[in-house]
Amino acid sequence: MENTIQQPLIQVQGLKEYFKIPGKGMLHAVDDVSFDVYEGETLGLVGESGCGKSTVGNVIMRLLQQTEGKLFLQGEDVFSADKEQQKEFCKKMQIIFQDPYSSLNPRKTIRSILSEAYIVQKICPKNEIEKRIQKLCETVGIAKELLDYYPHELDGGTRQVVGIARSLSLNPKFIVCDEPVSSLDVSVQAKIINLLMDLQKKFDLTFLFISHDLSVVRHISNRIAVMYLGQIVEIAETDMIFENCHHPYTIALLSAIPKVDVNDKTERIILEGDVPSPINPKPGCRFAQRCWMAREDCKTQDPTLQEIAPGHKVACHYAAVSRKEAKTAKTTILSSL
Amino acid sequence: MENNVLLEIKDLQVQYVTERGTGNALNGLTLTIHKGESLGLVGETGAGKTTAALSVLNLLPKPAGRIIGGEILYNGKSVQKMSNKELMDIRGKKISMIFQNPLTSLNPVFTIGEQISMVIRKHEKCTHRQADEKTKQLLEEVGIPGSRLHDYPSQFSGGMRQRVGIAAGIALNPELLIADEPTTALDVTIQAQILELMKKLKTQYDTSLLMITHNLGIISELCENVAVIYGGRIIEHGPVKDVFGTPLHPYTAGLLGAIPSLEGKKERLHAIPGKIAGATNLPAGCAFHPRCEMCIEKCKSQVPPMATVRPGHNVACFVKAEGK
Repeated sequence: MENTIQQPLIQVQGLKEYFKIPGKGMLHAVDDVSFDVYEGETLGLVGESGCGKSTVGNVIMRLLQQTEGKLFLQGEDVFSADKEQQKEFCKKMQIIFQDPYSSLNPRKTIRSILSEAYIVQKICPKNEIEKRIQKLCETVGIAKELLDYYPHELDGGTRQVVGIARSLSLNPKFIVCDEPVSSLDVSVQAKIINLLMDLQKKFDLTFLFISHDLSVVRHISNRIAVMYLGQIVEIAETDMIFENCHHPYTIALLSAIPKVDVNDKTERIILEGDVPSPINPKPGCRFAQRCWMAREDCKTQDPTLQEIAPGHKVACHYAAVSRKEAKTAKTTILSSL
Repeated sequence: MENNVLLEIKDLQVQYVTERGTGNALNGLTLTIHKGESLGLVGETGAGKTTAALSVLNLLPKPAGRIIGGEILYNGKSVQKMSNKELMDIRGKKISMIFQNPLTSLNPVFTIGEQISMVIRKHEKCTHRQADEKTKQLLEEVGIPGSRLHDYPSQFSGGMRQRVGIAAGIALNPELLIADEPTTALDVTIQAQILELMKKLKTQYDTSLLMITHNLGIISELCENVAVIYGGRIIEHGPVKDVFGTPLHPYTAGLLGAIPSLEGKKERLHAIPGKIAGATNLPAGCAFHPRCEMCIEKCKSQVPPMATVRPGHNVACFVKAEGK
């Protein structure tokens, strides 16, 4: 794909985010994560709760101070920018939050929520703001009568549309979508996904799409990064992940999704136990405790992301044999039931 | 077939009266569960799924929720007419329930062993030690070491707590297990563990199952039959294969089209226009008519009755019932 020649819009390098837990030690929420997001693409970031995917989004938006690591937007260093520059970055990078119930100020009308960015950034004279808001509403499909409403008077789907409108108000290039549809019902979810994809095409937006719902991520993303316990374990183009993934965690994760199609009852790999605690993680592969093909050296040596095919990186010592072993693993599980 | 009926809900109407107005959560819900059957109940937020489950065990929040019409027959006996004592004998022993949120459905100040053995001691004549012994077995069965009997809910992870909930649910080998979104709060890999466990238990004990969820994949995985609920009524009912393969009701078809698929080409998702019908502003006639593309005049004033279109496959839609 031409992506490989394209200049990355966002470069995340060696990002770490540790939290001190009094009396327990260090919580490694994000542990050495690096990836690029290319212009105009959607990179899906998937993983289970607590794997650090939202933290990555929050650090990129500088809602959290990074412990270590660098972020470049169009080649410019974001983290070391001064206040003036940061305000400039705000125009280019925006975020849509997960919960439309708590991300809108309940004491402000929709109009004042949407006008806030224009006032703070002083990008147009005051008398022009109303015109811009009207245009924004047209773009995303909010009825103008709703502008005088308060957030609690709207339903979840409409609230999320307001959140999307707010993120678009400054014509950003890059938007972090942090689980934008996971609190919505299926029929409403489809509407929001369609809207996001339309807007992307219209304004040439670049998305980092964070979600735990693999079918949604598959639908919207060009590439997917899979996270486990603070690290990226596999990153590749969407079709590659779904048809030819190599990390044992990705294989298990994909097989775990219940499918609607009654004729498609593939065997699955059931992982034992729960995701281990990210506080003072043990050395070696983070997934080794639950891995169905773990060897002795997995428990001592950290795997790094290795490119196994162009654009397809996997962090596993035994990526070469994982798909073959998955077949036998599935059959043994079936016979043990 | 007739005498095989375990639970029969007939034209059930439930109302919630609150300060902000009256909500009609269920508006003539009719549903039958046979012995050994596993039935999925799907619907979106506010459709009345949980209300239906709670009414079966007479657990509606009081005084706000009340049954204003219809009846629930368990083994031919009306649940509403049962005394408190009779109900207590049924709850946990004959019909048991697994709740949605494993974080709040367990009591934080009792050990999990205490909570499970309480159920056993209530219904069976046995000593504390015997009850504890049985609890240990149950915990092992759901994949929790029996030695953790004396731990508190806060010491377990979400997936394990849900398994504790399941262990309590199956403790007395009930005839009917009602699972209200048992995996919604859990991660995919943990959800897979729980579903696998439920499948195993279903075949092992031949328990009837009422699985309530908004996840169509889970239903297709676990159930033989499915009922789709919208606006407090069942709008389509039939074998999973038929309902998901060739959906009849426009709402069911819309739901299926709204889910991004994991295979095949990425087509534009089919979004259902409009808002979900809420309990407080239920449209007249067919509750789905303001969002329906096939809506005809009749739909706006009359409630469509259930009609059989194929053997075992019923739909409540004027247009679809006529066009069979």
